[in-house]
Amino acid sequence: MIQYIWLVPAFPLVGVVINGLFGRSYLRERAHLVAVPAAGLSFLVALLIALEVVAGRTLDLHLYPWIVAGHFQVPIGFLVDPLATVMMLTVTFVGLLIHIYSIGYMHGDPGYPRFFVYMNLFMFSMLMLVLANNYLLMFLGWEGVGLCSYLLIGFWYEKKTATDAGNKAFLVNRVGDAGFLLGLFLLWTTCGTLQYAEVFARAAALPAPLTAPAVGGVSLVTWITLLLFIGAMGKSAQLPLYVWLPDAMEGPTPVSALIHAATMVTAGVYMVARSSPLYSLAPPTLELVATIGALTALFAATIACVQTDIKRVIAYSTISQLGYMFLGAGVGAYASGIFHLATHAFFKALLFLGAGAVIHALHGEQDLQRMGGLRRPLKLTAYTFLIGAAANAGVFPLAGFWSKDEILFAAFTTGHYGLWALGLAGAFLTAFYMTRLYCLTFEGPFRGDPAHARHLHDAPPSMALPLLVLALGSVVVGGLLGYPPEHGLVHQFLAPSLAAAPEAAGHASAGLLAGLSLGVAGAGIGAGTLLYLRWRDVPELLAARFQRAYRLLWHQYYVDEVYWDWIASPLMRLSAFLWRGFDVTIVDGAVDGVARLLELGSWRVRRLQTGVVFNYVLSILAGAVLLLGYLVLGR
Amino acid sequence: MVPLWAYLFLSAFLFAVGVVGVATRRNALVIFMSIELMLNAVNLSFVAFARFLHSLDGQVFVFFVMTVAAAEVAVGLAIIIAIFRNAETVNVDEVHLLKG
Amino acid sequence: MFLSTVITMLAAARTVSLPGGAVSASAPALDWGGAMPFLLLTGTALGTLALDLVVGGRGRFWLTATGLGGLAITGLTLVRGFGAPEAVVGGMLVLDDFARFFHVVFLCIAALTILVAVEYVEQMGIPPGEFYAMILFAVLGMMVMASAADLIMVFLGLEALSIPLYILAGFLRRQVGSNESALKYLLLGAFASAFLLYGIALLYGAAGSTRLASVAAHLGDRGAWDNPLVYLGVGLLLVGLAFKVAAVPFHMWLPDVYEGAPTPITAFMIAGTKAAAFATLLRALGTALLPLPPEWTAPLWVLALLTMGLGNIAALTQQSIKRMLAYSSIGHAGYLLVAVVAGTSRGYSGILFYLVVYAFMNLGAFAVIIAVAAPGEERPALSSVAGLASRHPALAFCMAIFMFSLAGIPPTGGFVGKLYIFSAAMEANYVGLALIAVLCSVIAVFFYLRVVMVMYMEEPREGMPSPALSPGILFTLVLAMAVILQTGILPGTVWEVAVRAVERLLG
Repeated sequence: MIQYIWLVPAFPLVGVVINGLFGRSYLRERAHLVAVPAAGLSFLVALLIALEVVAGRTLDLHLYPWIVAGHFQVPIGFLVDPLATVMMLTVTFVGLLIHIYSIGYMHGDPGYPRFFVYMNLFMFSMLMLVLANNYLLMFLGWEGVGLCSYLLIGFWYEKKTATDAGNKAFLVNRVGDAGFLLGLFLLWTTCGTLQYAEVFARAAALPAPLTAPAVGGVSLVTWITLLLFIGAMGKSAQLPLYVWLPDAMEGPTPVSALIHAATMVTAGVYMVARSSPLYSLAPPTLELVATIGALTALFAATIACVQTDIKRVIAYSTISQLGYMFLGAGVGAYASGIFHLATHAFFKALLFLGAGAVIHALHGEQDLQRMGGLRRPLKLTAYTFLIGAAANAGVFPLAGFWSKDEILFAAFTTGHYGLWALGLAGAFLTAFYMTRLYCLTFEGPFRGDPAHARHLHDAPPSMALPLLVLALGSVVVGGLLGYPPEHGLVHQFLAPSLAAAPEAAGHASAGLLAGLSLGVAGAGIGAGTLLYLRWRDVPELLAARFQRAYRLLWHQYYVDEVYWDWIASPLMRLSAFLWRGFDVTIVDGAVDGVARLLELGSWRVRRLQTGVVFNYVLSILAGAVLLLGYLVLGR
Repeated sequence: MVPLWAYLFLSAFLFAVGVVGVATRRNALVIFMSIELMLNAVNLSFVAFARFLHSLDGQVFVFFVMTVAAAEVAVGLAIIIAIFRNAETVNVDEVHLLKG
Repeated sequence: MFLSTVITMLAAARTVSLPGGAVSASAPALDWGGAMPFLLLTGTALGTLALDLVVGGRGRFWLTATGLGGLAITGLTLVRGFGAPEAVVGGMLVLDDFARFFHVVFLCIAALTILVAVEYVEQMGIPPGEFYAMILFAVLGMMVMASAADLIMVFLGLEALSIPLYILAGFLRRQVGSNESALKYLLLGAFASAFLLYGIALLYGAAGSTRLASVAAHLGDRGAWDNPLVYLGVGLLLVGLAFKVAAVPFHMWLPDVYEGAPTPITAFMIAGTKAAAFATLLRALGTALLPLPPEWTAPLWVLALLTMGLGNIAALTQQSIKRMLAYSSIGHAGYLLVAVVAGTSRGYSGILFYLVVYAFMNLGAFAVIIAVAAPGEERPALSSVAGLASRHPALAFCMAIFMFSLAGIPPTGGFVGKLYIFSAAMEANYVGLALIAVLCSVIAVFFYLRVVMVMYMEEPREGMPSPALSPGILFTLVLAMAVILQTGILPGTVWEVAVRAVERLLG
């Protein structure tokens, strides 16, 4: 079965082709009849293959000689190893559920078939990204998911905010991708290959030349990994390139769940884990990865505490959780990072889909201040959402607890006490804002439009099923794979794919640390409950008392404004200047001049073509005489 | 015995006469005859080489050239007749609908 | 046309061609396996002619079916034989992977031409049997050219290709344009053949044989190149071949001939003749003339430069879409000559790859032109595709892809082909030429995209006929799209085949 790995991305691709060709004119409201089975079959094959990988088989399959240009040879090939398997399962399973959910959520949308084309295309690209056996093919998938993300954020293209958000995502990601591409170039010139197997073999065989100080006193491998990490910062929304993700919530909610929570944004973490043999040779980069991760985790969590758009809160929570994953990878606990990626996919998709169900029930209302008391009418949504929120907050024994705790533990034992403290503070805030989110949405009195209150209905079956499955997953996945910590199933499984974790520098009792983080989470939940359930007027008093801090958080630290004033606006002024002063007069002038010259030449040449045979004969004769004359005289 | 260079010289001369004919005459039929002259000039070379190399290849080649030339003439006359019917001329410089 | 007889005869003649007329006892047995594709195709062509006598104009379907069936069977025998050791037919023709590669390309071109022409032939009142038979004979000529192991065969193949083409170009007897096209083609073609023949004669005189292998053995000695017979012979040979590939300044016949000929035949010539001419050029260079002495690359360099530049510049201001594509085909010949100048096996593989893509993108573009042009309109203007995007979006999309491919824009085969060719030139240290080639392709983008712009930006005019998509044209479009996208996105398959074919050729 494992050699049929190409079927996994092939099914969604077939879905794209069928829906792309016949969706708009023929399938229309039945587009899901193609798209959902495509995702389902893909998951089924992935599952069968995963069973073989669990049994110990791996495969580095060269499917097709894609680019052969001299020494530059890149095949289309798949690498099926434990890491790829975890990613593949996550993507196909969560993807399938979100496809099913979309049947109900997107029902009646005029762009229904288009939506499924993009979703399938996204599945295909994401699977190419995680299954590729070389960096170039990974980059292709990387750009592919970026394109789908861009298309889906701007899915409702009549909305100006949606297209603006799409453009923003596109532009910010270009910055990251530029770094990624430079990293690939450097990797290619250094190693002469982009195949994972060969790159890592070379890295293992020749660590000395790679790690010797090169450009600017920094070793080559550090440069490579740094550049690659810039790409990851863009794609996985880390400081300072995170700004596109909150705006990306303009897209349909299933998109936010699939692309901007569960899968695409984790591509950066996957890339770092995949390149772990390289990163382990570059301690400076790893330090940076861990620091950026921890800072982002805390930074985004603070913002999430005051936002009032339900999807924005979850979006900032996603950024924060991604920070934890990078923190894990940065301290060398790649497996824990990937583990958190997998559990996060479950509970964050659950949260988004739950939020989607709420928005759906309220006819598009996203403001937390106009919700409340939805537990009774939306029973199923409320309880599944609660599970998701608790898992995110790290409540024992739900999924998030196991993976987040491992990351913090690893940060502590490797001696990154500062980062550990940041993470712990983030954990407190996470618990707090998750409680706040749940309470504002589902508890207390209903603050929205009373007209809506009477028609509230819970999610239809196609939306309920994914909620239930994801809730179940959020409960069991963590303990099932993560117990006992550091030696759980997921660690044993992933070990062959990843670089070995560094030796623990300090000693610590796992129990003590776990208790500590549990206590912190409990404190966060308690604070949230008190503030948003018991003393409901206190938050406003607090906001008024600490007005400056509140406004800073409310405006998300004014990062967007700073970027706009300091980067975007000067650039636009510069480009306007270049356009008017330079482009229009000089470049356009030159281009027009050349075009006119060529046109003139064209008429001149055409006049030679008189239509008279006599002239043609002369031309041939002249050519022959010149050629023979050169041969006779030229020697 | 006549030396090889004499044959080759005559052949080249005839070829040149043919070329000049093609380049200077207006009548399609005459141009055509000039081309035949060029081909036959080459035939002369072939035969001369065959004689001096003691190889039959050149002789055989000549037969093929003659056959091909005959086929070309057949097609060529048909085309010239067709163009005469439509344009009422066989002068190539009066046929220049296609140009530029 | 009776090539099988010719081959047998020649094989027999060979055995008696000993000095002093000594006659050897037995003729070598003919390699039937190697001769099979040629025999099959000759049979098909003759069968189509004979069937035409029997069923006449009413048997349109059977004539088409016979022609296509014969092409398919011939193609299958060739594809099955791919990778098999080379077969030599009577010392005259060689059937190696290089030849098989080209044969399959020629057969595809012929099949698509017939498919595209089915409707056209009916509209124009052309007798289908003769028309198809001429196409088949022309393909036979192309196959002989690609397989030639002897200079006789180069000449015969060239003529077996050209004579049917003279007829085909003039097939619309009542149209002056078609007449003129045929006349110019015939006069100039025969004129150029005479040069080629003279070159062969001189080489024969120098090497004592017309076999490419013997010529190669003779030229292997560097001193031989100082013999005027040799360098004049090779020079004249090159003049003849340069005429066929329409290298500037031997190109002038091409725009007129291609514009005046019936549109399906223009497609056939653009795709097929160029491939056949390059097949011969590569075979002659690869088996006999390589490595060329250094002073030979200079004229080739100049030829490539002139051809690229003039073809693309003259295409800029054309109003007739056929004539524009004709000029652009000159430009493409220039790109291919760049790879010939490079002279490396990578360059040669690039030529093979490019010719495949080139054939399909042109056939596709011409299929669109035939579908769009009003019946009887033989020289459609660029404006005939105006507003095609709103009249027939799918057709406009196909045409846009063909234009992108011709312009060399990814993700089409045209881009990958150019990449292979230009990078080969770079690797062979012809950086300047490669840069000029890139510049020329930039110029070319302008007139290809003009077609796209006219399709998408301009309003259709009143009274434009709606595009007629016959099944044959539809099939051609689908196949051409498939090949262009396949070679553009997954070029490996065709590339590997091309590399293997060239490996065999260069040994």
